[in-house]
Amino acid sequence: MSLDLTKEEYIQETKDASHISMSQEKILRALESDDVRGHFEGTLDNQLILNMGPQHPATHGVLQLVVSLDGESVVGTIPVLGYLHRGYEKLAENMTFHEFIPHTDRLDYLSPLANNVGYVLAIEKLLKIEATERAQWIRTMCCEMARLASHLVWMGSMAMDVGALTVFLWTFTEREKILDILDILTGVRFTTSYTRIGGLALDMSDECKARLVAFLDQFIPKLENARNLIERNKIFINRCEGVGYISKEDAMSLGLTGPNLRAAGVGNDLRVDDPYLKYRELDFNVPTATESDVLARYYVRVREMYETVKLLRQCLQKLPKGPINTPDAKQVLPDKGEVYSKMEELIHDFMIVNFGNTPEKGVEAYQAIEAAKGELGFYAISDGKGYPFRLKIRSPSFTNLGALPTMMKGAMISDIVAIIGSIDPVMGEADK
Amino acid sequence: MAELIEKIKEKLSEANGFNGLVFTQNINYPMIEVPKERLLEVCKILRDEFQVEQLRDLVSVDRFTKNERFECIYNLYSLTHSTRMFIRVRLESKNPEVDSLWPVWQSANWTEREAWDMMGIKFIGHPDLRRMYMMEEYEYHPLRKDYPLMGLPGAVTLPKK
Repeated sequence: MSLDLTKEEYIQETKDASHISMSQEKILRALESDDVRGHFEGTLDNQLILNMGPQHPATHGVLQLVVSLDGESVVGTIPVLGYLHRGYEKLAENMTFHEFIPHTDRLDYLSPLANNVGYVLAIEKLLKIEATERAQWIRTMCCEMARLASHLVWMGSMAMDVGALTVFLWTFTEREKILDILDILTGVRFTTSYTRIGGLALDMSDECKARLVAFLDQFIPKLENARNLIERNKIFINRCEGVGYISKEDAMSLGLTGPNLRAAGVGNDLRVDDPYLKYRELDFNVPTATESDVLARYYVRVREMYETVKLLRQCLQKLPKGPINTPDAKQVLPDKGEVYSKMEELIHDFMIVNFGNTPEKGVEAYQAIEAAKGELGFYAISDGKGYPFRLKIRSPSFTNLGALPTMMKGAMISDIVAIIGSIDPVMGEADK
Repeated sequence: MAELIEKIKEKLSEANGFNGLVFTQNINYPMIEVPKERLLEVCKILRDEFQVEQLRDLVSVDRFTKNERFECIYNLYSLTHSTRMFIRVRLESKNPEVDSLWPVWQSANWTEREAWDMMGIKFIGHPDLRRMYMMEEYEYHPLRKDYPLMGLPGAVTLPKK
């Protein structure tokens, strides 16, 4: 639309055009109905609707927010999800239990190892088998390494959201070192697909252990360096303190879990309250805060990283020797070398790969783990076939994002990105 | 954990006028089967008298049977007692409807929207029952067992050029 046209000329020109787009049609209808001035009657009491995302660098993925603004303060927020919806729950119903493991990597793509572990634990409950001691210890370490990797990304990106770029580079250097360790442990850096039902894909080598020890020794000073950059920075504190407050009652009622709930003064951690794997035998604290703002969530996560380092050191000390796969030939994939040389193993491998593991008919199981972002749960229902009848993924980011409108009430425009950053959403998980 | 469940059993017994409730241990956590008419009442009692503060998730299931095809499984968590429990409601096949739990727990808002989008279960009294993932003009509910894995051709209307 060129500016020198009058309204009547524009309507005529658009009508004469051979084809018009949907948006042009809308403009045409608005112009013809003559209701264009409806929104601008009062000068001081009009609300602005601001559309943020899905293509926006500060929304951590394809999250769309429709924010209604009064001047500079937020009146209401509507998060729009579904831009990354791939239908994993439907896909899971059409593949064997093993085939779904690579898909769990793509849920929370910042900590794929924890997703692998959570899924496999749920399926093992369904099959009523348990992993060996060594496998359980390695899995515990996997969960903690995934937590560290995820929290480092969060720390960098959240600092970047409020304007501190250097922290991002420093925490990513540390994360890169974890990914290198994962490379040795699992064979890949990112989409690990490491766990197997009843065991693990590979054993943890001595080199991997040595690398992990070396990493832990230098990690805390590096973390302190990054903390020093922002924690005494007046701009960072002012942008975080008192922003994005949510009351304890609301936090509980909205179903928040993980660091977001612990920052609201509720010391709930599934590692302590409903222990899985080897957390019963480990000694660690659960950091909490009561302020329930962006800064409180920052401190809870940072303190969690110290606890994680403590946990990893204990795991390294206690890691026992032994097999990594449960000796249950009907349910656990046999060793590749034996598949090529022995008849029995070849038959079992063929059956498990082609027809899947077979739980009893009508069995249901739920297993939740404390992932980096909160409770990650899998509810599996079996009907006795080689694939799940129903697999429900309880993803922490989804429910945590549900609290966004409450946190956003009364915030300023510039606080929006800080609040999103403090929730730490991953859209791969929220959209499933 | 076991004490809390015993107390709940006592409160929701037939002596107090609660008929048709079944306590099972079908999965690895305690589960209560509730007739759908009593769901809201039972949940209010659980929250107010037994400190069940959180509704963490809602699992919708399509059993694909002739009667009572749909199911809702509520995943509840008590922070005070560190106890998880489940509530199961069976819904009819033709027109699955159940009371919304939004007045009890706010998190029901999004989880019920997801169940409506994916399974087509209607929640009576929900403040804002829009679709969660799919677009609003989409007519189907993809997680139902009669919906094909590859999708339906022509189900998504593309903007005309």
